[in-house]
Amino acid sequence: MKVLVPVKRVIDYNVKVRVKADGTGVDLANVKMSMNPFDEIAVEEAIRLREAGKVAEVVVVSIGMKQSDQTLRTALAMGADRAILVVAADDVHQDIEPLAVAKILKAVVDEEKPDLVLAGKQAIDNDMNATGQMLSALLGWSQATFASDIDIDGDHATVTREVDGGLRTIKVKMPTIITVDLRLNEPRYASLPNIMKAKKKPLDQKTAADYGVDVSPRLEIISTGEPDERAAGIKVADVAELVAKLKEAGAV
Amino acid sequence: MAVLLLAEVAGGELSVDATAKTVTAAKALGDVTILCASAGCGGAAEAAAKLDGVVKVLCADDAAYGHDLAEPVADLIVSLAGDYDHILAPATSSAKNVMPRVAALLDVMVMSDVSGVVDGDTFQRPIYAGNAIQTVKSSDNKKVLTIRTTSFDAAGQGGSAAVESIAAVANPGLSEWIEDKVAQSDRPELTSAGVVVSGGRGIGSEDGFQLIEKLADKLGGAVGASRAAVDSGYAPNDWQVGQTGKVVAPDLYIAVGISGAIQHLAGMKDSKIIVAINKDEEAPIFQVADFGLVADLFDAVPALIEEL
Repeated sequence: MKVLVPVKRVIDYNVKVRVKADGTGVDLANVKMSMNPFDEIAVEEAIRLREAGKVAEVVVVSIGMKQSDQTLRTALAMGADRAILVVAADDVHQDIEPLAVAKILKAVVDEEKPDLVLAGKQAIDNDMNATGQMLSALLGWSQATFASDIDIDGDHATVTREVDGGLRTIKVKMPTIITVDLRLNEPRYASLPNIMKAKKKPLDQKTAADYGVDVSPRLEIISTGEPDERAAGIKVADVAELVAKLKEAGAV
Repeated sequence: MAVLLLAEVAGGELSVDATAKTVTAAKALGDVTILCASAGCGGAAEAAAKLDGVVKVLCADDAAYGHDLAEPVADLIVSLAGDYDHILAPATSSAKNVMPRVAALLDVMVMSDVSGVVDGDTFQRPIYAGNAIQTVKSSDNKKVLTIRTTSFDAAGQGGSAAVESIAAVANPGLSEWIEDKVAQSDRPELTSAGVVVSGGRGIGSEDGFQLIEKLADKLGGAVGASRAAVDSGYAPNDWQVGQTGKVVAPDLYIAVGISGAIQHLAGMKDSKIIVAINKDEEAPIFQVADFGLVADLFDAVPALIEEL
């Protein structure tokens, strides 16, 4: 069985996001970039499936700037076997929309014929939470989103999903798209020897045009602004004053 | 302009709050038709018909729609889509599962977690876990959106829309429901709780979290944790509040022993009132706190439980 894992290069989750003064977006120039944390979980799960003997090959794919090859190398260092880079943007500020990403991924799936696509449930930059569901729709496959437990058994997968208020288990037909949530696993760190080895693993480079996909955005970004600032608060001297303030504010 | 709104229906019952808040966003766009798709959704449809501003309610009563499986629900919505310019749903886990699928089937982009309606084409939504607000204008012929319910007031009662039963469409049969496990805890769910008490690395141990739980129970709240506390093994991952965890906006958020890393602030800074208890007075959490208490949490939290 082959697994395809899409990974996205995003601003590192520890970096403070700064809105550009001209309102055109978030400043991504000279900012530390990392693999989207949810995608790391998807890569980890794919590698664990291979280690468990259920999967023969883990292929990672990234769609974006040329520099996304670094993110793919990280996935290869974690243990993925092979990588595909689809260059679709030449500016870090050009975010390829989930619909276009899903169309490119569909073309990659048609070519690679994986049995399973494991994706992060959302990217922490645009927070759209859409690519997996959209890819599933375009392929006409089943989908299981927000997974916290995955059990693959022949032509079915049993997936426990994180839903509002609890967990829901569903059984989906293979091939399928599973998007992963935080509780699924704790991704490993790549060891130095594995980072060295990853440099020799195959990484194919393509373009969006190779797949005949138009990546023009459907959503025009009119402006990007700061959220409303919180008014400065006060320090209280002790617990008694805190309780008094909370009562005054009607909070308790 | 006509709007189709997928109601949030759980266990055959209408989630009135989430649906009513989405109605408020939808009313700004045109005449609102609510779709209730569930197994035995008659009661939900009757409840939806009473929401102020709703013109019509469609009731698709079929076992296939009983557990929010994405594939059959998306196919149903797409079969109805021709009559509508906007298709909306509250940004719940079930709608986030289905709406992007609907959008892709219609070859349009989805807009998730919309927090503001500017006009029929233009919407605001948070990105980077709320660290920036983007205004986007859609060039698609149909708009598919999910609505961040904390950003809208609930529509009132007093409507009397007509309820119309509609037939199910063919179920692609790609998935089936096995079971639901509702959270065992008596505590409210983290993302919808009115009060959240969260602990950070300062708690120091898994046992230390019992103090956080005690305070949460005293206030009838949910328990949260910073990523640092989760990574240290003090708290389970599903308690994590932050950019890589859950985004919460309760009426009262109490951060205990949390320094206030950016990624944590992103998950809680829309809370109405924020209280921070930390012994380090330089901790960044105090910059977003309405009420900050510089104190040892192991003294302050028991005293707080006592005083409340």
